[in-house]
Amino acid sequence: MGVIEVIEPGLLTTVQDVGRFGYLRHGVPVSGAMDPVALRLANLLVGNPEDEACLEVTLSGPSLRFRSSAVIAVTGADLSPSINGSPIGAWGSTAVQQGDVLTFEGQESGTRAYLAVAGGLDVPMVMGSKSTFMKAGIGGFEGRALKAGDMLMTRLPNSSTGVSERRIPRSLVPSYDSSLPIRVMLGPQDDRFTEAGLNTFLGEAFTVSAQSDRMGYRLQGPKIEHVSGPDIISDGIPFGGVQVSGDGQPIVLMADRGTSGGYTKPATVISADLGKVAQRMPGDEIRFQKVTLEEAHEALEQQESGVERVKAYLEAPVSGRRYTITVDGEAFEVDVEVARTAWVAAGRAVVWGVGGEVKEFPVEVSVG
Amino acid sequence: MPLFSEPNFRYGGDRSLYVEVGDEITPEVNRGIRNLLSAIDKADLAGIRALAPTYRSILVYYDPLTVGTEALKEQIAGLYWNLEDAEVGGAKIVEIPTLYGGEFGPDIDFVASHNGISEAEVVEVHTGSDYLVYMVGFNPGFPYLGGMSERIATPRLPTPRVRMVPGSVGIAERQTGIYPLASPGGWRVIGRSPIRMFDPGREPPSLVQAGDLVRFTSIDETTYKKIEGEVEAGTYKVTVREAG
Repeated sequence: MGVIEVIEPGLLTTVQDVGRFGYLRHGVPVSGAMDPVALRLANLLVGNPEDEACLEVTLSGPSLRFRSSAVIAVTGADLSPSINGSPIGAWGSTAVQQGDVLTFEGQESGTRAYLAVAGGLDVPMVMGSKSTFMKAGIGGFEGRALKAGDMLMTRLPNSSTGVSERRIPRSLVPSYDSSLPIRVMLGPQDDRFTEAGLNTFLGEAFTVSAQSDRMGYRLQGPKIEHVSGPDIISDGIPFGGVQVSGDGQPIVLMADRGTSGGYTKPATVISADLGKVAQRMPGDEIRFQKVTLEEAHEALEQQESGVERVKAYLEAPVSGRRYTITVDGEAFEVDVEVARTAWVAAGRAVVWGVGGEVKEFPVEVSVG
Repeated sequence: MPLFSEPNFRYGGDRSLYVEVGDEITPEVNRGIRNLLSAIDKADLAGIRALAPTYRSILVYYDPLTVGTEALKEQIAGLYWNLEDAEVGGAKIVEIPTLYGGEFGPDIDFVASHNGISEAEVVEVHTGSDYLVYMVGFNPGFPYLGGMSERIATPRLPTPRVRMVPGSVGIAERQTGIYPLASPGGWRVIGRSPIRMFDPGREPPSLVQAGDLVRFTSIDETTYKKIEGEVEAGTYKVTVREAG
């Protein structure tokens, strides 16, 4: 068993996994990670099952002291994670020693980062999940966000050898570019909006307001026009459901959304774009783009095949594999016989010639 | 036409599907929902991740990489055509002991004067019938009850209270309900129950389920304190009766 001491809790740091699905009929929300793909990738980096609980860190991160050595990974938003003041970078795993302090030095991109610890977080399963639902005080660490002085227990991994110093290749890191449109599918109640209303929703830009949280992203923009009022007989709310109440302003309902609600929903954010929403922050712009069910499923397949590629990449031992290394456009096949600490990265090769001349080449590496 | 002959499907994005079986709030439509929910539960269809039943529809969370959307629609429609009413058993009546008025029900005088009756009559009407639990939703353990008398219907508070005490029994228009958790709320509070509507450590965690009936019973302060102590000690047993 390992222990993490919370020195400073940060703005909002909670334990989350992929969510609590079995109790919707009892009114218990799903909760879970706002950016589930980032959480899954953090777990894969440290060799955990991908649905293990992580700490979800929001904007201004916590300061955490490891009371025992561990292997950790940080994914999602780049909030400049550092160990004892030295940057460790996002999307990679790092071995930390007893007494090391993890801090987040500032936002580079995104809003929510995920900290995975090899072995997982030792908090009780409540109704089938470790996710925190703060409003009802359910799950996670005592049902609440972390605060200074908390001691968070972690479980020891079966084996953490070989999982530190791993890095997800840049080409497989999800893009959080905040200028990208957010893709939606129309429905369930697009028929309750006028044509002009739907044109406003799909054609105009909206701004993420300061009243956005894990329950939903409140957006501000031109008023979206209903046919005849915003009320419906309450029905279920999916992750990413966009709700428009009487004021004509959309709310994208996120992880902590209620299980049901009584306002019209013109559209739903497709699952492949939920992480993009979760990584936006107040003041950011959101533009919606309509896609079909088929296009949404294609995007989901692409996302999942990306996760599969990461899995294959991380599981492949560096030793005994063949790589194609391209230096300045010329490809070389290289067999790696034995590697001690090794990871695969692209970058630049610098060559010092015998005559003292220095040459620099771009280098690309691919497996196979 | 209270119950649709064919289920109506709507998309809730690429990973959830609404199955609508009616377009109004009636006990018959709600029974259709519970029958279909039970049928889907039992069929244990591949790719279904979660089910969220409400008044007249079920939101089905599924994995489209495991089951195709059209295949899922066909499977659910097949279950719907072959629904048997025997799916759900006989209703049970769950008693909710409630201390009415005073500091526990600060709005009871307004409900009484708004309807031109006495506070005692408010209690009499409120405890005088069984209420059908149409759904549990929005918040953990929050029951949407139907069937309250118009004689005690009262508009919501103009400004919601910042914090409703858990167990608060309230009225909003023709609805009545119990707040399971401390939360902001705009309902008129006429009383408070010492029992726990929701307990994450209990299985099932919600005291009442869709299809149950709820009956409020009036208790005095001594009984309230006694039940409160028993609930705290984990020895209280909720009174549940079979519907006649």
